[in-house]
Amino acid sequence: MKLTLKIWRQSGPNDKGQIVTYPIDNIEGDMSFLDMMDVLNEELIVKGEDPVAFDHDCREGICGMCSLFINGEAHGPDRAITTCQLHMRKFSDGETIYIEPWRAKAFPVIKDLVVDRGALDRVMASGGFVSVNTSGNTVDANAIPISKIDADKAFEAATCIGCGACVASCVNASAMLFVSAKVSQLALLPQGKIEATERVLNMVRTMDEEGFGNCTNTGACAVECPKEISLDNIARMNREYFKAMLTSE
Amino acid sequence: MSKSVILKSSIAKKYWMAFTGLFLCLFLVGHLLGNLQLFYAGEEGRRAFNEYAYFMQHNLLIKVMSYVTYLSILFHAIDGLLLAFQNKKARPVQYAMNKASANSSSASRQMALLGSIILIFIATHMVNFWGKMHFGEIPLHTLTKAVNVPISQDPNTGQIVKADIEFSYFLTTNGEYKQYAYKDPKTKLFESQMEVREETKLFDKNSNLEVAEGYKDLHSVVMGFFGKSANGNDVNELAWLAVLLYTISMAVLSFHLMHGFASAFQTLGLRHPRYTAIIKNVGMGFAIIVPAAFAAIPLYIFFK
Repeated sequence: MKLTLKIWRQSGPNDKGQIVTYPIDNIEGDMSFLDMMDVLNEELIVKGEDPVAFDHDCREGICGMCSLFINGEAHGPDRAITTCQLHMRKFSDGETIYIEPWRAKAFPVIKDLVVDRGALDRVMASGGFVSVNTSGNTVDANAIPISKIDADKAFEAATCIGCGACVASCVNASAMLFVSAKVSQLALLPQGKIEATERVLNMVRTMDEEGFGNCTNTGACAVECPKEISLDNIARMNREYFKAMLTSE
Repeated sequence: MSKSVILKSSIAKKYWMAFTGLFLCLFLVGHLLGNLQLFYAGEEGRRAFNEYAYFMQHNLLIKVMSYVTYLSILFHAIDGLLLAFQNKKARPVQYAMNKASANSSSASRQMALLGSIILIFIATHMVNFWGKMHFGEIPLHTLTKAVNVPISQDPNTGQIVKADIEFSYFLTTNGEYKQYAYKDPKTKLFESQMEVREETKLFDKNSNLEVAEGYKDLHSVVMGFFGKSANGNDVNELAWLAVLLYTISMAVLSFHLMHGFASAFQTLGLRHPRYTAIIKNVGMGFAIIVPAAFAAIPLYIFFK
C-alpha cells in the first residue's frame, strides 16, 4: 500500500509548526496505524531526519496514551478504538492521510503530534477521588451493597481512559465528557456520595480554569470516544452540578 | 453558593441558555397562535387581529410576560455570544482537516451563527411591527362604506332624491362601528365633527370631549408590509423581499430549534432512556412545524 502522509511538524512548544508531506510505501493492511508511524520514523532516521514525535504506550487500547487526529477524526475513521487499534486496511492504496495533534488551548503541543494533557490530571486532582482512611483498618469496598444497575453505570463511566479524544473532537474543545465520566463513576457509588457536592463544583471550576470550551451538546465526543462513554454522563453531571450549586454553602 | 458560580461557571451559563431558550419556545407558540389569526379573512379577521393586538398591548399580565420575553432574548443572545467567544478561544489553532460532519449535525455546530441571524431578524421584525405599534404612526381601524341616503327633495315633484354617500366608521373599543365622517359629494373630502387625538382617541371638535377609543390597524400594516393592499394602506414595494427574508429567517430558526430544543433538556440534566427519544422527536416536530407555520403567513398574504 502506497500512501501520502500530511503530518503536523512542530519542533517545540514555541515553534509555529506546519504540515509536512511524506510519501510512504510498502504498508501492509494488517499493520496498526502506529506500526505505520514506526515504519515512517525508521525511514526518517535512516535518512538522518528528525523522527515524528507521537504518544503511545500499551498499544492494546487501554492506556489512552496514543492520540492523533487522523483524516479529520480523533483516532481515525473507525469507531470505539484508539489509534493503536486502527488498522491500515481501513485506508486505501494511494490515499492521502492528514495526521495532526489534538487541538485545544488546554492541550499545548510539546512536539510534533505530542500534546500536554496535564490539564485532565489537574481536573482529577481537584476532586476525582474518594477520601479513604488508609491507617490500617480500611473497610472492604465490596462490603457495601450497591445495586447492579448503578454498579454497571459506574463501571461504564470508569472505562474512560482519559485520552482526550472528546476534547479533540468537540467543536468547542470542551472536556465535559471526560469530566462527567469521572464525576459519574463516583457520584453513582455510595463511597462517592459523601464528597459529591464539593467534587462536582471543584472539578468543573478546574475544567473552566484550564481553558476548555463550553459544551453545546453536539454529541461529537460520545461518537469519537474509544470507550463509548455516553452523553448520559454529561446529563448526570449537569444534574449533580445543579444540586451542588443550589445547596453548597 | 457564590454568585460567581451561578453566573460564571460554564455549566451555569448553559442552564441560563436552556431556561431562556425553553421560555422563548413557549413565546414562539403564543406568538404563532396570535399570528394565525391573519389567515382569518375579511373585515372580521381584521377586527379579530386588531382587537387581539390591542389586548396584547394593554393587558397587565401580557405586559409583564413581554418584559420577561425581552430580557430572555437579550440574556440568551448575550450569554450565547459570550459562550461562543470562549469556545472560539478554546481552540486557537484549527485542524487542517476536520471531518466534523462524521460525528455531529451542522446545526449543532453553528448555533451561534444561526442565533445571530435570528437576532438580526428579531431586530428588523421589531422595527417593522412592534416599533410601529408602540412608537410609530399607525392608521386606525376605520371602514368606509357607501350608504344610499336621502340628500334632498325635488322642489317640483316633492320626490326625495337619494344618493350614495361614503361614510367612515370607526371601530371603537366598545365593539361598535361608530359613524364619524362622510364624504362631501362636491368637495370629495371627508367632513367630520370629530377628530383623532392622542393617537387612538376620538374627540368631538366642539365639546372637546372624548367620544370613543379606537384600535390601531396593525392588520392593514401587516397586509401592506407583505404586499397586499387593504383599506387604503401603504403597500410595501419590496414585499417580495420581505417575504423572502422572512421565510429564510424561519428556516434559520428551524435549524436553531432542531438542535436547541432537545439540547436544552440535556443541559438541564433531563435525560432518561425512556423519555429522551420522545423529547428529541417532539423537538424535531416543534422545529419544523412552528417556523413553517410562521412562514406560511406572509407567503399566504403575498400569494393570495
